[in-house]
Amino acid sequence: MKPLARATGGSVSTLLIMITSAAAGDTPMSYLESAGARAAPVTPLIWGLIYLSAAVVIVITLLVIVGSLKRRTTDAWLPGQRSDVERGGSGVLRWVYSGLIATTITLAAFVAWTMSTLAAIRSPDQAEQFTVHVVGHQWWWEVRYIGSSPSQSFTTANEIRIPSGRPIRLRLSSADVIHSFWVPALSGKTDLIPGRTNETWLEANRTGDFRGQCAEFCGQQHALMALRVVSLPGDEFAKWWAQQLKPAPGDTGASETVRNGRELFVAKCGICHTVRGTLAGGKIGPDLSHLMSRETLAANTIPNTRAGLSAWISAPQQIKPKNKMPNVELSSEELHAIRTFLYTLQ
Amino acid sequence: MTAARYTEFPNVGEKSRALEEKLKKIWVSKPGFYGFIASVDHKEIGIRYIVTAFAFLIVGGVEALIMRMQLAGPNQNIVSPEAYAQLFSMHGITMIFLYALPVLSGFSNYLFPLVLGTRDMAFPRLNAFSYWVYLAAGIFMYVSFLLGSAPNDGWFNYVPYADRTFNPGPNIDFYALGMILLGISTTAGAANFVVTFFRMRAPGMSINRIPILVWGTVTVSAGNLLAVPAVSLAFFLLWMDRQFGTHFYDAASGGKPLLWQHLFWLFAHPWVYIIVLPAMGMVSDGLPIFCRRPLVGYTLVVLGTITTMVLGFGVWVHHMFATGLPYMAMSFFSGASFIITVPSAVAVFAWIATIWDGRPIITTAFLYFASFIAMFVIGGVSGVMTAAVPADLQFHDTYFVVAHIHYVLIGINLFGVLGALYVWFPKMSGRLLDEYLGKVSFWVVFFGFNLAFLPMHWTGLRGMPRRIYTYPDGVGWTGLNQTTTAGAFLLAFGLALVLTNVLRSIRKGEPAGDNPWDGPTLEWATSSPPPPYNFAVIPVVASRHPLWEERLCEGTGRTSIDRGPQLDSGREALATTAIDAHPDLILKMPADDPWPFFVTIALAIGFIGLLLQAWWLAALSVIATLAGTIVWLWPRRDLAQIAEKQHV
Amino acid sequence: MSETASAPANVFGNQVLRIGPMRIGSRYRGSSGWWGMVTLIATEAFLFIYLLFTYAYFAIENGRAWLPAELPSFKLAGPNTLILLASSGVVWWAERQMRQDKRRRTLMALIAALILAGIFFTVQLMEWKSKPYQLASTSYASVYFTITGFHLAHVLLGFVILALLAVWTAKGLFDDVRMAPLSIGIAYWHFVDAVWLVVFFVVYITPRFG
Repeated sequence: MKPLARATGGSVSTLLIMITSAAAGDTPMSYLESAGARAAPVTPLIWGLIYLSAAVVIVITLLVIVGSLKRRTTDAWLPGQRSDVERGGSGVLRWVYSGLIATTITLAAFVAWTMSTLAAIRSPDQAEQFTVHVVGHQWWWEVRYIGSSPSQSFTTANEIRIPSGRPIRLRLSSADVIHSFWVPALSGKTDLIPGRTNETWLEANRTGDFRGQCAEFCGQQHALMALRVVSLPGDEFAKWWAQQLKPAPGDTGASETVRNGRELFVAKCGICHTVRGTLAGGKIGPDLSHLMSRETLAANTIPNTRAGLSAWISAPQQIKPKNKMPNVELSSEELHAIRTFLYTLQ
Repeated sequence: MTAARYTEFPNVGEKSRALEEKLKKIWVSKPGFYGFIASVDHKEIGIRYIVTAFAFLIVGGVEALIMRMQLAGPNQNIVSPEAYAQLFSMHGITMIFLYALPVLSGFSNYLFPLVLGTRDMAFPRLNAFSYWVYLAAGIFMYVSFLLGSAPNDGWFNYVPYADRTFNPGPNIDFYALGMILLGISTTAGAANFVVTFFRMRAPGMSINRIPILVWGTVTVSAGNLLAVPAVSLAFFLLWMDRQFGTHFYDAASGGKPLLWQHLFWLFAHPWVYIIVLPAMGMVSDGLPIFCRRPLVGYTLVVLGTITTMVLGFGVWVHHMFATGLPYMAMSFFSGASFIITVPSAVAVFAWIATIWDGRPIITTAFLYFASFIAMFVIGGVSGVMTAAVPADLQFHDTYFVVAHIHYVLIGINLFGVLGALYVWFPKMSGRLLDEYLGKVSFWVVFFGFNLAFLPMHWTGLRGMPRRIYTYPDGVGWTGLNQTTTAGAFLLAFGLALVLTNVLRSIRKGEPAGDNPWDGPTLEWATSSPPPPYNFAVIPVVASRHPLWEERLCEGTGRTSIDRGPQLDSGREALATTAIDAHPDLILKMPADDPWPFFVTIALAIGFIGLLLQAWWLAALSVIATLAGTIVWLWPRRDLAQIAEKQHV
Repeated sequence: MSETASAPANVFGNQVLRIGPMRIGSRYRGSSGWWGMVTLIATEAFLFIYLLFTYAYFAIENGRAWLPAELPSFKLAGPNTLILLASSGVVWWAERQMRQDKRRRTLMALIAALILAGIFFTVQLMEWKSKPYQLASTSYASVYFTITGFHLAHVLLGFVILALLAVWTAKGLFDDVRMAPLSIGIAYWHFVDAVWLVVFFVVYITPRFG
């Protein structure tokens, strides 16, 4: 039984060591640290549950090990041998009753804690600044900023910028199958369900870049359906919003390549993609009006660098097999022109 | 036979060689292929269930190992995204539906009549039927794999991804029809356990003397009767949506995707208890053998089992906390999910008290049962953690939940089953499993399992979502995944050692004798392996532990093993009253019968017809199934179903 | 057959259990099959509960607008309900007659029940035909036809069972002791009728409440 003791004890302590060292910075999806008001009250509850669980597991495991070792018979067991059977001490049932009482009291405490946390994350302390409508698609996120009027509204994708310290309202729906919106540092999950609009809210209590990912299986590229929430200081956020409202720069002063690229883009990409200020008005893929203000491509899958952009335009099916963007035949000149045009979309 | 043989005066007497010879002639299955398909012997059927379930366990395990290789590093491309989706779907379907319950049904089928002191299940032919249909459903679903179109939307199969719009291939049809077929098997088996429980106990085995494993199985069988229709209906409606364009689930035409989740979890949450309570029952009966004292708190454990099942029907919504429910509903179902812990805690403390108040003998079976308690608690507390709604909104659909269900399914099902294997294999085969290899393999299984799944909780806390075929570098998941992969292979190696032990011991194991563990219940009162008729004379029971009662000074008088009703004029068994187990009737039991097999074939052909949309084939199958069932049920004189009076 | 004859006491171990002449096999409700029917009815009842749950879920989530403009009418369904109820009464009588070993009466009653079941079946098909919508028209139509369709399938199965019982009765397989299949099959028919009452209440009556 010694090895059992060591193994179980060892595993439990390993777990504890692992958990307590989870504060490392390179775990962007960890929910043991929070950075927002909708996640903050939950983190201590999770820690409380972890400590409780570890304690229960250790106590029970020790009871099993110690009981087995202390009480075991030393006689060798022989098949078919008749050995003693004891009726058992009276009052052993106390074990069960005490255990039941302890369990019930602990559970009651945790039910109370759960309910108060649930109430705390129900709505933000102050009124929401504005609404962002997120629409799930296989396998990217459409992000519609709802301004005070349609002219103050715009659409982007896969990156949500929010003003730090201010709650915003999230409206969630789906264009195809069920997805789930999840940015661990800021909030637990809320599903995006066809035929239904769910509402929740988001608030980051500091500036920073928070990773999120679709949490409900939604098809072949469910794995590569991530998103970012970027929390900015208020003034920077206002500037960003103003920039997003602008249409694409016009032809005046644009180079030959850019003008070519725009034409090619409208012809080859415009059926699916929108770039405001051009004839490209497709609704199937992400709105690319300010593509270059985004740091990643393909739902937070590859960096939006020159190499990344080229690779994605020329062979999206290699990077994210079966995604809805087809491999389009492009000569290297055409690719260059389109890329140069896209570079103007700041 | 003279007229009006409506009553019989049963012979009461001693066991004798002549009686045994006579009974053997009456009860033994015919040899050869006919005997194979026609046998209704519960022991034969039980073993078939166990072997088939373990075969599926191996297949499902191989699927898991392929997935573990894919996840051993970031951005790997060992399998395609679609192949990965099919792998994790079939892994779940296999382990949850084709292994976890059938293996328990196998043990229960084998053990029910033996521990209850009777000669067969209440419906021996239905028993054979439920096995054949299970096998047919398993093969039906696995054919999809060979065609490259296995189910690919997970075992939970959420719509609308499972609708034809997003999933046009036959993948989901295989799953939907296969589950409806499997549901027929599960329901038939459940009905059989319930009726056997109420009717087929040895005289004197009143309701407070029934072994816990019987309680566990009968409780979940009652649960199955009520829960299975939900999933069969859910899949039927899905199949209608896919085939006939009905609008149950598609939001575009007034359907409700969440209806699927309600119907599915109405079934699938109770199912979680259904696949662990019988295993808990086997531990409750097995552990005390090695602690050399009866289980502490028999009544409380029985009540806890029933309460768990009942509450299990009231917590399905806790799988849907992220779907945007009203806060009131979330609070209610969260509270209910906490409460369900209480009856489970009863069993844990009862087991611990049994160890502390007993004199444990450390055998392989004991190791499995004792570690089962710890695994049970780990799977239990992580379950409690997910009951806390705000926390669950983080845990939900991450590897934390994957770790949780594996502690439930492996820790609470497989560990219990392996312990039970060490206890009852000698009864089934007449030979002991090797204890040395047993202990070695236990430690490999134990380390492998915990190495794979304990760190996985942390993978979940670090936010790795479920059902992703790959993950990027630099999110802190790589090392943990490598550990899990290593653990998974170690676990597989450990299980291979267990299998080796079984295969070796079948031929070379030490003879077990009737009662190798000096166990207390009736199955140990007959030979190993038991004769086809189980007991030459029906035992008359006087206590909860018939073979220990003298030493425990328990019961009303003494149990009679060697003298009792002989019931030797044909295949006969005794029916007793539901509560007190007073002798009630003499039952005429059916002998070998090929019709359950034929009806299964007819039924399976119908499902193939539905799959291929060959309606004529389906119609033909309905007629054949009905005709076969009518032949099967046709009243027979040898079963005392026909009037014997001469009518004027 | 007299069970009052003094049975010798049998001693097992040192406890006494009286075993006298015992009844054999399948008798009325003492048979295992009757218990089996109870489990079948339990599971089938839950099937209908889940079907009606589906109906209620749609009705609650969508509100009144979900119901068709023309609510299900009693014109055909009302009398049809009475016909089904009558058939239940008839088979109940059939079972009673067999308990008195009146096989001919039982047979007549079973045939009468078969006719009533046939009428119900036909009228239900007529009602389906009269609907302005089909199975795939709306989610209401899908639910309506599926629930009534499930019930009708049970009527069909019940019909086969009653027919089989009639054949067995005609062949003289049953008497006042050996009649378990009759009791079992008739229990199923009562169940089919009871389910219809609930379906009728939910689908035909509740829409008129509000």
